[in-house]
Amino acid sequence: MEFFVFVCAALMILVGAVGVIIRSHPVHAALSLVLTLFGVAVLFVAQDAHFLAAVQVIVYAGAIVVLFLFVIMLLGVDRVENLRTEPLTSQRPLAIIVSLGLIGVLVAAFVRGSDALHERGEGINIPDLTTGTDANTTQLAESIFSRYVVAFEVTSVLLVIAVVGTVLLARRTKTVVAENLK
Amino acid sequence: MIALDTLLIDKILWTPLLIVLLKVVVVFVIGLLATMLMVWFERKAIAGMQNRIGPNKTGPFGILQTLADGIKLFFKEDLIPNRADRFVFVLAPFLSFVPAFLAFAIIPLGGDFRNGNAGEVTWFGQVTKVQLADPPIGVLFALAISSIAVYGIMLAGWSSGSKYPLLGSVRASAQMVSYEAALGLSLASVLLISGTLSTSGIVSAQSRITDWHFFSTGILPFIIFLIAATAELNRPPFDLVEAEQELVGGFNTEYSSIRFALFYLAEFMNTVTMSALIVTLFFGGPQPIAFGDFVFDIPLIPNALEGTIWLLAKVLVFLYIYIWFRATLPRLRYDQLMDLGWKVLIPAALGWFMLLASQRLARQNDWNIFLVTTSAVVVMIGCYLLLQAAFSQSARQRETQGPMF
Repeated sequence: MEFFVFVCAALMILVGAVGVIIRSHPVHAALSLVLTLFGVAVLFVAQDAHFLAAVQVIVYAGAIVVLFLFVIMLLGVDRVENLRTEPLTSQRPLAIIVSLGLIGVLVAAFVRGSDALHERGEGINIPDLTTGTDANTTQLAESIFSRYVVAFEVTSVLLVIAVVGTVLLARRTKTVVAENLK
Repeated sequence: MIALDTLLIDKILWTPLLIVLLKVVVVFVIGLLATMLMVWFERKAIAGMQNRIGPNKTGPFGILQTLADGIKLFFKEDLIPNRADRFVFVLAPFLSFVPAFLAFAIIPLGGDFRNGNAGEVTWFGQVTKVQLADPPIGVLFALAISSIAVYGIMLAGWSSGSKYPLLGSVRASAQMVSYEAALGLSLASVLLISGTLSTSGIVSAQSRITDWHFFSTGILPFIIFLIAATAELNRPPFDLVEAEQELVGGFNTEYSSIRFALFYLAEFMNTVTMSALIVTLFFGGPQPIAFGDFVFDIPLIPNALEGTIWLLAKVLVFLYIYIWFRATLPRLRYDQLMDLGWKVLIPAALGWFMLLASQRLARQNDWNIFLVTTSAVVVMIGCYLLLQAAFSQSARQRETQGPMF
C-alpha cells in the first residue's frame, strides 16, 4: 500500500516538474506546478505529516500559485513565449555547464553515500511529545515556539523586509511616471 | 497508516470497507439533494421577500424545479468558444465541483456527542463516526479545499478567451485569497479555545450552550467568520465575481449546458457546506441545546439520530441567513471590498486572537486577569492608533502625489 502511494505521488511530482519546464504556456506551466505540489502533499500524508500536507496545499497551492496565475492574467503575459529570440546570448551554454555540474555533484553524493541507502539509519531522533490526533501540530508548535523561536521570528522579519522592499521597488514616484510619459 | 476513518486502521476487512463505501455514496447523495433543495429554497424564499410566488408548477410547491432545470441544462448544446484554451476550459468546472463535495466529508453529520461521547455509533458490529472522514488536520482540510476552489473560478474565466470572464476571474482570485486570511485568523480563535483541529473534537468541546464557541470565543470571531465565508463563497453582497451589471455574467459567461450546471451546483453546494461548517465550529454541530444540566431532548428518537436533526435545524437557519443577505444587502464596490477585508477584518481577527491567547495564558499561570486584560487592551488600542495613522498618512500622500500604482 505504502509503495503504491509512493509510486503514484512520485509520478505526479515528476510529471508536474517536467510539465513546468517543457510547457511553453505560462498558465499550463503554473498548473503543472500545482500537480507537483499536490504530489508532495500526498507524500507528506503518507509519512503521517498531516499538518505539513495541509499547509503545503493551503500556502503553496492555495496562495502562492494563485498569485502567480493572478500576475500572469493581470499582466497579460499569457501568450506562448517565442523561444527563438535569446534575451541573454550566453544563457544556454552556461545552463548546460551548470546542470552538468549539478548532475556530477548528485552522482558523486549517491556514490559516496550508497552504503547509507541500503540500511535504514536511525534518522533524526525526535522524542514523541504527544500521541493522538493533534500530535503533529503540538510537536511542531513545541519546536517552533520554544527551541527555534529566534530563527522563526527572524524569518518573519525577513518576510516583512521582503514585502516592504517589493513595495518600494514597485512604487513609481511622480517624476518617473512623468518621464515615462514623455 | 493512511487512515482517516477509525475503521481503516489495521487490516482492511469487508464489512468496514462496505460501510465506508456506503458512507461515501450517502454523503454524495446528501450533497446533491441538499443542493437541489437549497436552490429551490433560495428561489422560494427570495420570491417571498420580493412579493412574488416563485417556482410553483413542477411538483408540490415547485420543489422539483431544480431537477427540471438540471435536465434542461443537460440536454442543451455544449459550446466551447473558438478562442478558448480547450483543455483548461473543460477542466475548470470539475476543479470547482470536486472541492465543493470534498469539503462536505469532514462535517460530523450526526452521532451522540452528549456526556463526553465522541460521536461514535455502532453499525453492523463496527464502531464508526457519522462523518465521511475525520482527518487529524480536520478544519485545515476545509481551508485547504476552499483555497483549491479558487482555481475553478479563476481558470474558467481565463480559459474562456474573453474579456468579461477574465475580469471576473481576476476579481475572484484577489477576493478569495484576501478573505481566506480573515477566515483562517477567525478560525484560529476557535482552535485556541477547543484545543484540537479535528471537527468531531471541536463538536465534543461544545456540550452546553455556554460552551458553544459562538459564546466562548466572544462572538467577534463568529461575525468575522460569517463575513469572510460569505466573501469566500462569492455570495451577495460580495458577488463581484459575477456582477451582472458590470461583467455580463462574470467568470461563467462563456459556459453552457452541463458545464454551467456544474458551476451552479458547486456554488450552492459550497453554501451548504459553509453553513454546516459554521454550525460545526460555532454552534455545536449535532449537539442538542443544553443549559447546565437541562437538555432539550427529543423523546423517542435515539440520541445519535437526534444529532442529525439538530444539525439540520441549525444549518437551515444559516441557509436562510445567506438568502436573507442576498435579498437585502446591496453589492459592495471593489475598493470597499478590499478595504473591509484587509483593513478591518484581518486586524480585528488578529487582535481578538491575541486577546484570547493572553487570557488563556493568564488563567494557566494564575496571573492577575484584570491586569492582563487591561494591558492587552491598551496594546491593542495603541496598534489601532498606529494603523489609523498609517492609513491617514497614505491617504494624504495619495492626495498630494496622486496614485502610485
